[in-house]
Amino acid sequence: MPDLPQQTDEDVDVVVIGAGPAGLTLAHALGELGISDVLIIDRDTQPGGVPRYSDHHGYGIRDLRQPLRGPIYAGHLALRAVKGGARIMTEATVTDINAEQRTIEVTAPSGRFTIHAKVIVIATGCRERPRAARLIPGTRPSGVFTTAWLQRLVHLQHGSPGKRAVIVGAEHVSYSAVLTLRHAKCSIVAMVTERARHDSFTVFNIGARARWRFPLLRSATVTRILGDHQVTGVEIQDRKGRTKVLDCDSVIFTGDWVAENELARRAGLLIDPGTGGPAVDAHQATSAPGIFAIGNVLHPAATADICALDGEHAAAGIAAYLNAPGGWPTRSLRLRTEGTIQWATPSLLTPEVLNAARGKVLVQFSERRRLPRLEVVQGGNRLWSGFVPWGIPTRPVPISDSWLARVSASGSDPVLRVLP
Amino acid sequence: MATLANLSPKAAIIVLVEHAFDVAVIGGGVVGCAIASALVRESLQVVLLEATADVGAGTSKANTAIWHTGFDAKPGTHEARLVARGHQLLAERGDDFGWPLERTGALLVAWDADQLFRLDSISANARATGYARIEVKSQSQVYELEPNLGVGALGGLLVPDEGLLDPWSIVIALATDFVVNGGTLRRKAAVTGAVHEAGAHELHTPAGPVRAAWVINAAGLNSDVVDRLLGHEGFTITPRRGQLIVFDKLARSLVKHVILPVPTATTKGVLVAPTIYGNVLLGPTAEDLTDKAATETTATGLAGLFEKGRAIMPKLLMEEVTATYSGLRAASEHSDYCYEVFPDNYVRVGGIRSTGISSALAIAEQVVADLRERGVAMQTLATPATVAVPNLAESRMRPYQDAARIAADPAYGRILCLCERVSLGEVRDALMSPVPAGDIDGLRRRTRALAGRCQGFHCGALITEMTSAWSGHSHA
Repeated sequence: MPDLPQQTDEDVDVVVIGAGPAGLTLAHALGELGISDVLIIDRDTQPGGVPRYSDHHGYGIRDLRQPLRGPIYAGHLALRAVKGGARIMTEATVTDINAEQRTIEVTAPSGRFTIHAKVIVIATGCRERPRAARLIPGTRPSGVFTTAWLQRLVHLQHGSPGKRAVIVGAEHVSYSAVLTLRHAKCSIVAMVTERARHDSFTVFNIGARARWRFPLLRSATVTRILGDHQVTGVEIQDRKGRTKVLDCDSVIFTGDWVAENELARRAGLLIDPGTGGPAVDAHQATSAPGIFAIGNVLHPAATADICALDGEHAAAGIAAYLNAPGGWPTRSLRLRTEGTIQWATPSLLTPEVLNAARGKVLVQFSERRRLPRLEVVQGGNRLWSGFVPWGIPTRPVPISDSWLARVSASGSDPVLRVLP
Repeated sequence: MATLANLSPKAAIIVLVEHAFDVAVIGGGVVGCAIASALVRESLQVVLLEATADVGAGTSKANTAIWHTGFDAKPGTHEARLVARGHQLLAERGDDFGWPLERTGALLVAWDADQLFRLDSISANARATGYARIEVKSQSQVYELEPNLGVGALGGLLVPDEGLLDPWSIVIALATDFVVNGGTLRRKAAVTGAVHEAGAHELHTPAGPVRAAWVINAAGLNSDVVDRLLGHEGFTITPRRGQLIVFDKLARSLVKHVILPVPTATTKGVLVAPTIYGNVLLGPTAEDLTDKAATETTATGLAGLFEKGRAIMPKLLMEEVTATYSGLRAASEHSDYCYEVFPDNYVRVGGIRSTGISSALAIAEQVVADLRERGVAMQTLATPATVAVPNLAESRMRPYQDAARIAADPAYGRILCLCERVSLGEVRDALMSPVPAGDIDGLRRRTRALAGRCQGFHCGALITEMTSAWSGHSHA
């Protein structure tokens, strides 16, 4: 490697950890507010996050109001962030964070250094739960991937995943894996889901399966991976306990998203037990002064445009804090969830912080519900109730944030639940 | 003896040109590597024959990674003596070779009245092995030492000198030491036949015949097969499978000691232990098998571990799992190591079951002494070449934290494996080292790349490509 100028410790107004759609959009929005001393740090070689290697349409709908391919979308967001005055540092990994001193430790080819910031924004995103974490038994051959590994392999390294793949999971990202596999000329043996039906759009499911003719095996679990050096098959078990082996040379574990929460936990932030990510209020503020969080570390996994809109929304709260630091709420109520609701965010209910991103609270179901009706109650008071358009696991659904104004600061923690 | 006409040209050249070795060590696990390294440091001509593509790829890679004191071994056995001595040698040689150790102490916990009663005999056993530093702990002391234990612990024993070791780096360090001091390492060289005549052994391998005056059998799971090939018949290996679950690094703060159960007659039981890499381990199972290749995990095995883990430390199960794996212990029908020196210049080092890493250096020391006693001429190298292995332990500085190192070589600042913080420099070093990684598993054991919580979500594609490209260049 050539000699690099050594990066030294520095002070910035805002440091953003993660140059995905949320972080890049935040930088742009801060620029619009005249805040340009913004440093975005990303561990990858290029900014953009997941869309950078997710080379298909569907990005940019809600935020840019136009459908774009992933890499184009990523490039656009990065360019816009830089035009707003932000600096983007890639190939740089934040290895530790100190919430009290508001510093981060960074390792990059240009050195090991400390950044002190007035505001730290955690935008670290999420990852798919890999095979090991799903406790799938069997041998440990190669040919076992997650969608992200597959897409980086195909779209960035131009490599080949194999000839015959089994896809585990049937949510949005699983159909994204279908597109990537077909791009790599790999046939699809089957899509396997432990749920009673797929969780994506019907048009994706019908379209993909009609075009490429693969079965969707429902209520089926992967019980074993077979093969010594390379995958030779997977054993699956149906609802009645019958097993069969699907011959294949690769297995793609898709979805089942987990918040990339290491830095949030190292910082000692209050963690939302449902999302695994930091708990935030409607302005995306975490439990620690000067530390905000945006994007899929808060809601694994919403679509990229929703993450971007988190970033846009957070700019105002960050600007207000920069103007008058010290006004951090010391105690907030927390939104609790019950029953088949896995999580809801924002979940820190700070008085006078009343408007959430897009005017919505995002809610994730753990089980499928048809036309569910939800309510938020505090003590004996119903703060809100209403129908939501879907109750599908893996697909966060928005509810109104109008009830935030009705929360009594002196009351107990509000509860969000499904009405029978 | 094979005639030249029957051999391939390559094998014929080896027979003609290469003089016989003083010693052939069969098996490139931790025990074989330790013996080979010790012998080459005595100026002997040594060949190390490993059946697979890499050293340390069998039992040595898949175990509980505990730095044993031998307090629970049977007094008077080879095992008790060699583990105790090996424990000490690992610490003494640690700085030279660069391997880390962490003296966490082990806490043996009694969960019922019967187990509580048996603590006395465990202490007595420890004293009989020569280990006197065991401390009895009351119920409240046990919870003070390990606040996250599940309910129901009644008391325990603290063994302050038990700890954690790095099983991957120890093997790599010893193999590298062997090679840089002039040893000949042959991988993919399984011994398929053997002849002993005119005072020399001739071993048949896919890489050609190997002649040596002495043969040392450290073939682990296959040590019984090799024993028979060499004309002996002393024991049979029954692989005993141990399945293990590794929890994420964020779980590390939950556990302070190696948490041991009270052992039964058949097994040491399921433990919860930190790893030197900063994870937490739950396991192992103990399943007697016949198939020496059955290293898969099973639904029953993993579910059983979860059930036990839930009782030992419920909070642990809230954390993400980063890996599950299984290893096969090379257990024989004897209750001790099968160590013996035979008049036909053969040393049997078989049946080294679950304590092999802790005892390996002591076994090597024993082999050197036994060969010297039988008149093998030795001369200790005054200034052996030394190569310290890179540090993988969280308790010491890793390259990504080392500002001076990054300034000198920016490759150590380019983190490739984000979860484990493995830099480009470390990956490069592992692929270019004297005992280079040949594949992604070898790279994982040398650097921890891909061994983290995301299991390749971020870096799998890049690191796999880099491994095939670089290992292709440097080792056609």
